[in-house]
Amino acid sequence: MGLFERILVIFQKKDVTVKTPQTPAPIPVAEPAAPPTEAIPAERAPVVEEQRPAVPPDEKEPTTAQPDIKEVKPVSDKITAGHVHMSGCTGCEVALADNYAGLLTLLDKYVDWVYDLTLIDVRHIPEMDVALVEGSVCINDRISVEEIRETRKKAKIVVALGSCATYGNITRFCRGGQQNQPQHEAYLPIGDLIKVDVYLPGCGPSPQLIRNVCVAAYLLLKGNADQQALATAYLKPLMMLPERGTSACFCDLMYEVIDQGLCIGCGACAAACPVRAITHEYGKPQGQRDLCIKCGACYNQCPRSWYSFDVVNQYESIMETIDAAMEP
Amino acid sequence: MVQDIFLGNYTSCVAARSTNRAILAGSQDGGIVTQLFAFALEEGIIDGAIVAGPGDEPYRPRPMVATTVAELYAARGTKYNICPNVSFIKEATRSYGLDRVGIVGTPCQMQAIRKGQLYPVGLRDVPDKIALAIGIFCMENFPYQSIVQLVEDHANTKMENVVKMDIGKGKFWVYTERGAVIQLPLKITHKYEQPGCHVCLDYVANLGDVSTGSVGTPDGWSTVFVRSKKGNDVWSKAMAAGCFETKPIEEVKPGLELVTKLATEKITKNRKTLEERASFGVAKGLRNPYI
Repeated sequence: MGLFERILVIFQKKDVTVKTPQTPAPIPVAEPAAPPTEAIPAERAPVVEEQRPAVPPDEKEPTTAQPDIKEVKPVSDKITAGHVHMSGCTGCEVALADNYAGLLTLLDKYVDWVYDLTLIDVRHIPEMDVALVEGSVCINDRISVEEIRETRKKAKIVVALGSCATYGNITRFCRGGQQNQPQHEAYLPIGDLIKVDVYLPGCGPSPQLIRNVCVAAYLLLKGNADQQALATAYLKPLMMLPERGTSACFCDLMYEVIDQGLCIGCGACAAACPVRAITHEYGKPQGQRDLCIKCGACYNQCPRSWYSFDVVNQYESIMETIDAAMEP
Repeated sequence: MVQDIFLGNYTSCVAARSTNRAILAGSQDGGIVTQLFAFALEEGIIDGAIVAGPGDEPYRPRPMVATTVAELYAARGTKYNICPNVSFIKEATRSYGLDRVGIVGTPCQMQAIRKGQLYPVGLRDVPDKIALAIGIFCMENFPYQSIVQLVEDHANTKMENVVKMDIGKGKFWVYTERGAVIQLPLKITHKYEQPGCHVCLDYVANLGDVSTGSVGTPDGWSTVFVRSKKGNDVWSKAMAAGCFETKPIEEVKPGLELVTKLATEKITKNRKTLEERASFGVAKGLRNPYI
């Protein structure tokens, strides 16, 4: 998989040996193995120390400890990421922040946050490993178009964060006329303008999905062979979504699940719908399509849209792994 | 931990029934789900449970968030048609304000919940609040109209008259309030099944914290698989509190042999359906949801 190889490039840049082959290794089915859980705290111990530039670095790493390299070490252990704000409501970024203390853990241990208009005083998009792009692109706005192109150039991995970036969502309904730029009327999901590597749909994407993906991405970069295989399997469906397209709505549920004879009336779609447009009449989803904002949450939440036994059968050990990784 | 390709992973398997007569009086078999939720509710392990409560028409279930034992009692018994319990999973944490949610459902609903915990696309703040998911064995489900068809056309009685339905011993049973017992061979019921069930590869709710069903144990008892750490925790506490009477599964008839047989049958049949779907048209197939 192209993305996986590119991740390995980043990974190697970070000076960590990779034992796994370049193709994603198959995951043993239903193997709630304990090792991933145990491996994290063990690995994490030195990293915690390194977060504090004020503390003189001790000799945990094989490198000779020099006081003047203390700024370098913590950065090299993390990946760099940023938030690119296109036309969105900032709700996706709020969802990220809604991990509360978890966000601090993410920033402490796994990610260096290098670009974020709302939080960081950096004006131009820097080089980064992962760009989380929120919002769709207004193609009538020169700067927006330049920025999304720039994002693709500067970021190794582009993640479409939230339903506007992935599917257009509510911005699909824009007809312009808003002061002070009434001519801004045409908006496209970022996948219509650049190649996107990972989709995180949802309006807004849930804080826990963002968290899970962050931890999986970290394990992919820093974990042992088992963890890498697990993280790859976990991320695979989200990496496949961009190939599927840049639009989704309740109709996808009809076309690809109900009409295909796959619906089992479980109710996941109705639970996922952020505008309560889906009810169940006699056990089958009915969408009030006038209410549908085209976020794609119903389709993606459905167990019959895409489902990986390899991943979901290991739900217990995966959740434990994530919990362990998120311990402050 | 036992790992079985057809029965899933489980730490223990027993034949069990509730020790509470009031629960058994209206339960389908051993009253496992009602008893376990009632215990968890009283102990504060869950704040409420999403169950198949009474709906507008007889035997038409509607998802209900039960926060009292009385509400749990109202939902006892199997309805044999679709109840979208998962549709309440976010609602339970929002409108009902539950921090620890219990939910009962079919194997596919357990799959929906676990997928939802790992990939919570539209389930904000839900993944960490699933405190107890009880799965029920399921060969297939029916739309409500199919049940009406079976009861009113084939069994020739009104829905209002029915006091219990059951599937067992190769038959679909309808019990009426006047004491009539109608049995239909499953050959008749098959064509009314929900089509989506025919690609399902799970019989005994492999992803429940605890899963239960009548198959494998004598009348009035249930087979119980304890699967996850959460499930094991609740089950041992309930056992210590004397909620259940149990027997080793090896000592009851027909035992795990029948459960394995039916699970193998279902999964083998549905794997074949998935293969057939791949070449359903002319050089065109139907979608396979499993990646």
